[in-house]
Amino acid sequence: MDKLAMRDVYGETLLELGRIYENLVVLDADVSKSTKTISFAKAFPDRFFDVGIAEANLMGISAGIASTGKIVFASTFSVFASGRAYDQVRQSIAYPNRNVKIVATHCGITAGEDGAMHQAFEDIALMRSIPNMRVIAPSDGVETRKVIEKIAELPGPFYVRLARPATPVIFDESYEFKLGRGTILREGKDGVVVACGIMTYIALDAVKILLKDGIDIGVVNMSSIKPIDIGLISSLSKKYRYIFSCEDHNIIGGLGSAIAEVLPPTEARLIRIGLNDEFGDSGKFEELLKFYKLDPFSIAERIREAISNDRI
Amino acid sequence: MIYDLGRLAEIARRVRYNTLYMITKAGSGHPGGSLSAVDIMVALYFNVMRYKIEDPLWEDRDRFILSKGHACPALYAIFYELGIISREELDTLRKPGSRLQGHPDIKKLPWAEFSSGSLGQGLSFAVGVALAGKIDKKDYYTFVLIGDGESQEGQIWEAAMSARKFKLNNLIGITDRNGLQIDGETESIMPIDPLADKWRAFGWNVLEIDGHNFSQIISAIERAKESKDLPTMIIAHTIKGKGVSFMENVVDFHGKAPSQKEWELASVELGGGSIG
Repeated sequence: MDKLAMRDVYGETLLELGRIYENLVVLDADVSKSTKTISFAKAFPDRFFDVGIAEANLMGISAGIASTGKIVFASTFSVFASGRAYDQVRQSIAYPNRNVKIVATHCGITAGEDGAMHQAFEDIALMRSIPNMRVIAPSDGVETRKVIEKIAELPGPFYVRLARPATPVIFDESYEFKLGRGTILREGKDGVVVACGIMTYIALDAVKILLKDGIDIGVVNMSSIKPIDIGLISSLSKKYRYIFSCEDHNIIGGLGSAIAEVLPPTEARLIRIGLNDEFGDSGKFEELLKFYKLDPFSIAERIREAISNDRI
Repeated sequence: MIYDLGRLAEIARRVRYNTLYMITKAGSGHPGGSLSAVDIMVALYFNVMRYKIEDPLWEDRDRFILSKGHACPALYAIFYELGIISREELDTLRKPGSRLQGHPDIKKLPWAEFSSGSLGQGLSFAVGVALAGKIDKKDYYTFVLIGDGESQEGQIWEAAMSARKFKLNNLIGITDRNGLQIDGETESIMPIDPLADKWRAFGWNVLEIDGHNFSQIISAIERAKESKDLPTMIIAHTIKGKGVSFMENVVDFHGKAPSQKEWELASVELGGGSIG
């Protein structure tokens, strides 16, 4: 399976968009080599601004530039974009509905060795509770490109969270991202995993393990966390007895919570898999997946247990 | 529009009257910092700035960003003078559904330019607006009014650094230096002096004026416009509660509406307005 880093794709896509949109401006806060906005900076130096280590100012300046009719992409790490600059995102960007696209990299545990200080497990919760803000967690490099292209077209603010490492490619080029729509990647019988971000490919691996045991689990990619696909969740709740949400984010306030908020009163049980209201730890991304029981084997085990306990 | 100094003084008197009328009627608001900023804002709207009332998003307009958003009653009173809001609307300040929110909401009132109220954010926004003017080679100016207490916010200094880096000589900041904030004097709560030296150290062109003297306000802005590649900060020394004897330099009138009795006294001192 090919691998792509979402942030690399983001950098490449910005380059393409820079050629298409003359009014597209990019800002960064001293992490352009890591967020990959540096390629845009080199190609369009007159439309790239590095504000230094000042995330509040990053969001404020972005709002000001957007007020003159420009499309603004503002990037830094997700922990700073959502937490450090929360008030600026809320007041300067979301409240007046400014055309600012916050594309935040190094999301969740993918920040890896840098540890808890750089690992935002709360960013989806923070951003999706702000009116006007839309929240997207693409699942692979291909989807990242589709998402970045789409949000450049759509007016108003977005928060997009991207992973740091190269991850397996799930989609092919024919995939079309639709805001507020989930994608059924695999139909099952015994339950369904609804995942976002890097957890989508991990969920696909987990259901392969379960299939060997005769447990047939579907997989849905729910990259559009806000707006969420209410219709799809409703139909999943009718078809499946178990819905497992899966995210590299606190189970409080993230994808699982977003699903719970729109889940119709049915027989379906929602089991939220993610970080259990805790801070992160240092380690390689793959090590952390195991440490937090978010690797395919741990997730398969969790699903197996949930189903078998219930059967007893 | 360019009004002479006598006309500006008369407009400022009416704006003060209506500002206080609105706050009294609302029963809450910030009279002190609204009244200290009136003359600066009247000079901008009635002498300095280029804009079209009927086209608030005209791309070549000069922008005024009220970063100290709690002074918005003064801005609304100016909008009343300009015919943007009606006499009836003056009675709706801080009421549900009103365009006159407790802090400006540009979705309801696009003339306000910026939805301020979380202090420290307006200067960054103004840097963005001025920077966009440079990108587009526009000749508009961006004016931003910040409070002296507001200057305690760290974001102000992030924005200050960036305005210098981007050589925004089209950005003109004005500090309403009335010396007071909610809890007391700025210099006892959290000293900001030597304020002019601070702005100079951040690479800005700095001017100091009497913020209630129209000719000083206007000539300072003219000098600011001559700046080659530096942003300008005009430190306007003002009196909190200016125009009402018992409110001047009284810290408690930062965020307290006048009582009906106080309003009656104040309205006499302000010589009547355009209200009924």
